Amino acid sequence: MKNFISNLNKAFENRLRLGIMSILITNEWVEFNTMKELLDATDGNLASHITALEKIEYLEVRKAFIGKKPNTSFRITKEGKKAFKDHIDGLEQLIKKSI
Amino acid sequence: MTEIDKQLSDLRQIRQLMERSSKFISLSGLSGISAGIIALIGAFAARWRIHDVLDFNNVVSYKAIPSFEILYSLMYELILLALITLILAVLAAFFFTNKKASERGESLFDSISMRMLVNLAIPLVTGGLFCLFLLKENISLIAPAMLIFYGLALINGSRYTVDHIRYLGMAEIALGLVAGLFPGKGLLFWAIGFGVFHIIYGAVMYYKLER
Repeated sequence: MKNFISNLNKAFENRLRLGIMSILITNEWVEFNTMKELLDATDGNLASHITALEKIEYLEVRKAFIGKKPNTSFRITKEGKKAFKDHIDGLEQLIKKSI
Repeated sequence: MTEIDKQLSDLRQIRQLMERSSKFISLSGLSGISAGIIALIGAFAARWRIHDVLDFNNVVSYKAIPSFEILYSLMYELILLALITLILAVLAAFFFTNKKASERGESLFDSISMRMLVNLAIPLVTGGLFCLFLLKENISLIAPAMLIFYGLALINGSRYTVDHIRYLGMAEIALGLVAGLFPGKGLLFWAIGFGVFHIIYGAVMYYKLER
């Protein structure tokens, strides 16, 4: 059982990070505010997890301005997609083994 | 919570977020029912006006061969009637879907619903403009074209909303193609596609998902 758990990605241990990746996997560019609403998260909390995911290059950031308002969007990277898929596969195996 | 319970609830959350972030799921069945009823009323009104102006039973009467003036005024009347029907049906559909959306905490005007509306609008607007050409060239193909383009619009928009709206789209396309075989019966097919199909689809949605 141990080796199945090792298939799970440590980067996704946090609920919010898993949530961020779930949203990005089905969408092209997602704005910060949309993300915030969907995940029901606070600005600071969301920002810190996004930064963490950006650091390991699972997502990329695009900063733009709409009028004078800053507008930040995110998109999943190739590495991020692969990591998320592997994580889900890991979950699947784990559940299969335990039933 | 055991490890497995945690993973299972993770999976549930992933699934829910993937769906909620990419699909507008607050379409209400009541929207379909109300739009269908309005379409039927519109179709009956149109039928009544047509039969009032053109006497199909008495071919020897003076009404049997109407002047161009009468025909044109009937045509404008029918176009106006169609526009009113369209506006009322869209308003009714918006009303019930907006109600359901606000109950579920979805917005009718966020990026997700906008994406659905844009994808719905592309074939729909194309079809609408195409029907304007048909109005000049071949009136008998207007109803089939409306049904076919509407069906294509539903299928195109279905990627961003509840999946089973695809089936309504396919049914409208099939009906539109059949309608093409029966020139002169356009209004009847129009009433079936926009009236009866909407009511059936809306009722099934409503009883299955909302009660």
